[in-house]
Amino acid sequence: MSYVIIGNSVAAVGAIEAIRRIDKETPITVISDEPYAVYSRPLISELLAGQVKEEMMGYRAPDFYERHGVEAKLGTRVVSIDSKKKTVKTEAGESIGYNKLLIATGGTPFVPPMKGRELGRVMTFIKMDDAKKIEEMLPELKHVVVIGAGLIGLKAAESLHHRGVKVTVVELADRVMATVLDVEAGKVVQDALENAGIDIITGDTVDEILGDNMGLVNGVKMKSGEALDCDAVIVAIGVVPNAAFAKASGVEVNRGIITDDHMRTNLPDVYAAGDVTEGLDYLSGDNRVMPIWPNAYIQGKIAGFNMTGEERIFTGGLAVNSIELFGVPVVTAGMSNVDSDDLEVLKKSEGGSYRKIVLRDNKVVGAVLVGNIDRAGLVTGLIRERIDISAMRERLLADDFGYIDFPVELRKERLGVAL
Amino acid sequence: MKRVYTKEEACIGCRLCEVHCLTEHSRSKNIIKAHKKEFPRAISRVLVEELRPVSFAVQCRHCDEPVCVEACITGAITKDESGKVVHDEEKCVGCWTCVLVCPHGAPRRDLERRKVAKCDLCPDRETPACVEMCPNRALVYEER
Ligand SMILES: Cc1cc2nc3c(=O)[nH]c(=O)nc-3n(C[C@H](O)[C@H](O)[C@H](O)COP(=O)(O)OP(=O)(O)OC[C@H]3O[C@@H](n4cnc5c(N)ncnc54)[C@H](O)[C@@H]3O)c2cc1C
Ligand code: SF4
Ligand code: SF4
Repeated sequence: MSYVIIGNSVAAVGAIEAIRRIDKETPITVISDEPYAVYSRPLISELLAGQVKEEMMGYRAPDFYERHGVEAKLGTRVVSIDSKKKTVKTEAGESIGYNKLLIATGGTPFVPPMKGRELGRVMTFIKMDDAKKIEEMLPELKHVVVIGAGLIGLKAAESLHHRGVKVTVVELADRVMATVLDVEAGKVVQDALENAGIDIITGDTVDEILGDNMGLVNGVKMKSGEALDCDAVIVAIGVVPNAAFAKASGVEVNRGIITDDHMRTNLPDVYAAGDVTEGLDYLSGDNRVMPIWPNAYIQGKIAGFNMTGEERIFTGGLAVNSIELFGVPVVTAGMSNVDSDDLEVLKKSEGGSYRKIVLRDNKVVGAVLVGNIDRAGLVTGLIRERIDISAMRERLLADDFGYIDFPVELRKERLGVAL
Repeated sequence: MKRVYTKEEACIGCRLCEVHCLTEHSRSKNIIKAHKKEFPRAISRVLVEELRPVSFAVQCRHCDEPVCVEACITGAITKDESGKVVHDEEKCVGCWTCVLVCPHGAPRRDLERRKVAKCDLCPDRETPACVEMCPNRALVYEER
């Protein structure tokens, strides 16, 4: 008996920790093409900014693999799965047998087919090595264009700014973080970025990346016709599931690998978790790609339990995002930016702070908090637990919304109040 | 495991639990120095909520399946063998993901350090400071 996990990031850790809660014996092999022990991917921006040292990037202690009885094959790429023979094949030609397999290969940056994309210093930003490469280029960088104003693009922009590089962010939508933020919240974030000195161009995109005679980036041409000089381009339009090899091996893939409520794929004994999946969305009940850290851990955990035979149901992921840019914290949960007739929106904005709660049938289904985000989790909990908020509706927008606003019985149940 | 529970009927909203929690988590552990001389100042990990005449103290519940541990992007929060949910200040980067997911609103933001602070059940003491120092025994530390 053996467990094999492809990918060595948070979903893999969730699975390993769950497996070892039940099964302390069976060998686990983790295979990843990245050469590092598991690290906190979101921290690559802090690494580039010089705020976190490489030694502090580890997501788990250095003895994690040893303590969990895991053999880590790092720097090894898996090219195919043979679900009949129950083996995976590596790029070097090695064949590794499994009884239960987890695909946790995350996402890969989407780089649209545009002229100049093959030039030197056209970068993406999702791996530790990306941060290191950009660090090496820093002395040459005066102005960088970031394509895409989502979380990753903005984090990259902030990091470069901290290192003294002029940054222009180009976004096709009419605002930053358009998938999770509405116009008002987007404006607060955009103001913070612009006040710090980052240029933001919305409603436009890069048509072509321009290069010099050395094959290095020296500018971009925008769709609007405008041209900008720059020394590098970071493409941060989005991340797509890393599922091509799985698909070629017979795994059912839509945008991501389709998983059921046990995190199983269509192939026997093959599970998937994390950014590579198109798993259940708690609020909509549909399957969708939800590329966030907490969801990857939880899916990995559920997969891990089920791989041991301990049945656990995945009740669906809840989209949560937390980001702080130039001192402005922004958190979103659930349907933070959906327009629909059956939704009721409560909102309040004052100064640099914004609070929005989205309701459906007297239950919270979405939230955005900017500025004062303290105790945001109370609201997330209301979403998660589908609590009827009729009794606290008037207080949901209060900055000091708290347990005091909960019906007393509910509060006592939740806090386990002394009897 | 032993946890702290609040008796809201007995709480008078004096906030001494907050004062003693801050002191216990300061460098000097001296009540005056902790509040007046230490910078950055420690912050209390227990929060008193109040709407006269009701008041009660809330702190981390050391959940059985802690969502903060699952969500923390750096691995700074872990559940140890005793069941205690512990936070490693050195690893924390102040991303506030735990603040966003904790259903009890327990992790507090320490804005000066840009880190989260949460109840650690006072590792240097037999009984957490908030429980011991509450003048009205409105907090209890017990096994359930
Ligand atoms: C800059 C940045 C900031 C972020 N910030 C946040 C944040 O603040 N909050 C948040 O919730 N999320 C954030 N995210 C997203 C978060 O990092 C991901 O959701 C999470 O890492 C997904 O984990 P995973 O285990 O599914 O896969 P990944 O972390 O993507 O890891 C998959 C691993 O599998 C490897 N792999 C892929 N294919 C193969 C193969 N064929 N063979 C072997 N190995 C393979 C990959 O190289 C990679 O190492 C951020 C991401 C980035 C890039
Ligand atoms: S911080 Fe919140 S989620 Fe984490 S253990 Fe404490 S109460 Fe539970
Ligand atoms: S604020 Fe600190 S403890 Fe909380 S999730 Fe972020 S890194 Fe983890």
